[in-house]
Amino acid sequence: MRTVNVNMALRTRAGKSGTVILQVPGKGVTETKQVLYAGKNGVRNGAVNGAVLNGTANGHCTPVCNGHAVEQLDEIKHEKETKPLSEQGPHEKVPILKVIITIFNYLILTVCGYVKEYLWKFHILKSPGACESRKLKDFVPLFQDFDSFYIRNIYRKLKDLFEQPICGVPGAQMDVMERLSPDWNWTYILTGRVLKTINLGSYNYLGFAETSGPRHDMVEKVTTFYGNGVCSSRQELGNTDKSEELERLTARFLGTEDAMTFSMGFATNALNIPALVTEGCLVISDKLNHSSLVLGIRLSGASVKVFEHNDTVDLERVLRDAISSGQPRTHKPWKKILIVVEGIYSMEGSIVRLPEMIALKKKYKFYLYLDEAHSIGALGPRGRGVLDFYGIDPKEVDILMGTFTKSFGACGGYIGGSRALVDHIRRHSHSVAYGTSCPAPIVQQVISTMTAIMGEDGTNTGQNRIKQLAWNTRYMRQRLREMRFTVIGHDQSPVIPVLMYMPTSVGAFSRLCRERGLSTVSVGFPATNLLEARIRICLSAAHTKEMLDKALEIMSEVGDLVRAKEAGMPCSPPLTEEELQELVWC
Amino acid sequence: MNDNMESVLPLLTPEPWSFGELFEAFRQAPMYHLIFEGLLIIFIIRLLLSKSYSIQSKMVLTEKEKDQLIEEWTPEPLVPKLPDDYEPIKYRTVTQQGGSMLTVDGKQGINLGTFNFLGMLGRKETADAAVKSLKKYGVGTCGPRGFYGTMDVHLDFEERIAKFFGMEMGILYSYGFSTVASCIPAYSKRGDIIFCDEGVCFAVQMGLLASRSQIKFFKHNDMEDLERLLEEQVIEDKKNPKKAKKTRKFMVVEGLYTNTGQITPINKLVEFKYKYKVRIFLDESMSFGVLGKTGHGVTEHFGIDVTDIDLISACMENSLGTLGGFCVGSKYVVDHQRLSGLGYCFSASLPPMLASAAMAALDIMEDDPTMASRLQARSEHVHEELAKIAEMKVAGDPVAPIKHLYVRETGDKTRQEIMKLLELIVNMAMDEGVVLTTACYLEEEEAFLPPPSIRVAVNIAPTEDQLAMSLQVIQKVASEVLQNEV
Repeated sequence: MRTVNVNMALRTRAGKSGTVILQVPGKGVTETKQVLYAGKNGVRNGAVNGAVLNGTANGHCTPVCNGHAVEQLDEIKHEKETKPLSEQGPHEKVPILKVIITIFNYLILTVCGYVKEYLWKFHILKSPGACESRKLKDFVPLFQDFDSFYIRNIYRKLKDLFEQPICGVPGAQMDVMERLSPDWNWTYILTGRVLKTINLGSYNYLGFAETSGPRHDMVEKVTTFYGNGVCSSRQELGNTDKSEELERLTARFLGTEDAMTFSMGFATNALNIPALVTEGCLVISDKLNHSSLVLGIRLSGASVKVFEHNDTVDLERVLRDAISSGQPRTHKPWKKILIVVEGIYSMEGSIVRLPEMIALKKKYKFYLYLDEAHSIGALGPRGRGVLDFYGIDPKEVDILMGTFTKSFGACGGYIGGSRALVDHIRRHSHSVAYGTSCPAPIVQQVISTMTAIMGEDGTNTGQNRIKQLAWNTRYMRQRLREMRFTVIGHDQSPVIPVLMYMPTSVGAFSRLCRERGLSTVSVGFPATNLLEARIRICLSAAHTKEMLDKALEIMSEVGDLVRAKEAGMPCSPPLTEEELQELVWC
Repeated sequence: MNDNMESVLPLLTPEPWSFGELFEAFRQAPMYHLIFEGLLIIFIIRLLLSKSYSIQSKMVLTEKEKDQLIEEWTPEPLVPKLPDDYEPIKYRTVTQQGGSMLTVDGKQGINLGTFNFLGMLGRKETADAAVKSLKKYGVGTCGPRGFYGTMDVHLDFEERIAKFFGMEMGILYSYGFSTVASCIPAYSKRGDIIFCDEGVCFAVQMGLLASRSQIKFFKHNDMEDLERLLEEQVIEDKKNPKKAKKTRKFMVVEGLYTNTGQITPINKLVEFKYKYKVRIFLDESMSFGVLGKTGHGVTEHFGIDVTDIDLISACMENSLGTLGGFCVGSKYVVDHQRLSGLGYCFSASLPPMLASAAMAALDIMEDDPTMASRLQARSEHVHEELAKIAEMKVAGDPVAPIKHLYVRETGDKTRQEIMKLLELIVNMAMDEGVVLTTACYLEEEEAFLPPPSIRVAVNIAPTEDQLAMSLQVIQKVASEVLQNEV
């Protein structure tokens, strides 16, 4: 049957350009229904969407040529034959209309910006920004003339969406301090009013940002006993017994031989990669890797190559070329090759294709560095991150890195792996010799939450939270798709980016949501592709169904206002009552 | 078209190029000629546009060859294999801290090892502030500053610290190391020039490396050497004024050097700043709260105007006794870091309880402004006492609370052997109830590896008696160990 074929083909990931993919569970009749539903959307949406399917009366479906849908389907089928990939979230090609409007959008902003810059430059208008002190008049300017053009003229228009101060715990709900700008975001005044909003912005995946309960009491006790600092590095006099306890626990949690912890997540990457690779080594890094990884690689002095985001085919191409041609100029063989990837990409919501990477690893003998900043705690049936999610033995990955900032509601990071690796880190990490070690209360928070996740605190809080998060993720993604928001990323990732394309839409969406009591994160260039500005939602186990429903209601209303509900992607059938009942907040 | 004119003109003027004539000639030329010329022109264009061919033909490997190379390639192990008789590295374990005492590996001793200069760690006020904040905000912020990780405490602290220094704006980082390592590359880019002291600590070195600027090291605290480099640069600039107009220049120094205990002559640097038009970045991680009459740092120590310094960075892990770091400066300068400071922008913000503790520590500092001068007096006393050890050389400015004790007569001992001796002194002092530490460095990574030393950190928490007792112990133990050796 054609229907089945199409769906099968579409379920795998599409080509590099990223066309439409369906992820449709269910059988027979349901499938036909979905495709019919898709058809309706497709017709309404016309040519703007990539592959459009149309339903026929007898329930059989045929791909209808709309643009080059047929070609794309062929391509997808071909890809399915050549590379069996794990289930991966869909990614929609930017519709051409949106591209034009977005570029036009930037064009207007840029032209206005330039006009304004000239008016400021020749003192026709007074620049409201801060300027350099008079004493430094004849110094070389600290910033090039048009260096911060983007910041002054484009970012500033959306500046109120960032660094919004809050005055309480960033839990399921939070208190955002209202601020007004009398001069178009150059300066702010806090009005003193506090807006209570639903928090879809913090990385509080398991809801451990809390201000009461047994974990909280332990932290309080430790603060009184140890104080709130350390004043020394691990190698000197900063190694508290709490840190050692945490390291043993972390190793057990990860299932590795040993682990080492650090006081800042960012620094864990930036200060430990240099201990692992040096000049003459090659680091192959995902295009969208976090800035801390990029910095660490830069500090290490190793050569860098980049592969397309989460694209194992491209990775293999880079690997083959790199190994066969060796180091540049001398053509000596590389000392070692390290591949650096993240578990969940925080801006894309995608999950790393780990099984395929491990298969490649066997063939190409590289080492794998996995940054689980967002995935640890948030993924997998036991909350052990990506490895747990795919059911992979932790020994398959050489370096497991993660942070305690997100799921654990503390701060700091860890590196786990073989005994030899951790021993090497203990001797050579920059952070160990020169960085101040982590204060005991923070360490205690991690210990308490980790014990809870492992179920060793005598309750099933941890397990319930993991389930609740998984359910919330499924529910939210499902409902957003039903509303025809352009949701991207892996279906099981609690990071949900919703594409808006235009920076101004992002601004409008975010502000209107805030007015209605919902906080979301807005992301745009340079954190994402220029044309793919987006709203990002991070779910938490602390969100109840009522909160999510309220949030969805707000998003739906605002989505209509800013015309963000225009996805051409069909979605799976609505959740059944049973599925909805399956989990209630624990 | 104008036959008459054309017949007359050649007689009056030299024959001009007329388009008509040219066109006529073109029309009359035989076809084969035109084709030939056309081909010639195309050939010339091709020659001009073609890349010069390389002598080595481009290496193109077949897939089979690649497979073979991949097959043959054996990488080095990720980390060196552990020897069979390896001993796992063991740091000393601290089980109780704060105040004047420290319990290390089960033994209690008077603390002369950690940078708890003002004794803030272990004071009830700071711990109480932290607990109070914990009850309101929880532990982590679950987000970077940009995305709901900005709490009112952070804003308050930024305002407060800027006011404390008398600067326009402050910015709060969540880790001391990352503060200076992020703020340097936020301004200094590829092509810019940084004049830097050889004695700077590792965090500054990482900042320099991340900036990818041209680094010119001058000898530690040697202003003549710095002036020589600056003069050289002036000559260089004259050669290429266009480039000089775009090259930013910075001097990066530490107020009080962790690695040597010396104080930077900031007054001289300010003089150079205006003379050579070079900006100053000052790291006050060690000097903040310590130098100057009321602990405002090295600027107060020399009595210069703080606004002459372009950017001051410091960590809160020493005098303030918590975690994190901050930068202060003019709004124009500091605000830039909110998008360009990597460690600010891409890291989760500081747990609010630690920010509150820092604020409480700042309160204590302001309530009791004599703390810094008391510490300096004590440091001078310690310096005198330590100088009495014949076998050791004490380095560091007398008023600075950081003292490095070097072995005076090293003979032909290797670095490892000297380190062993120093560790022996540290361990014996521990047995006698004094906590010391050797200065730990990554020997392969340091740009200028300092000689091995015991680093004494003077702090105001111990009583006079405790201090006198610990100084005696150090003198005794050091003499015992070194007399036998040398």
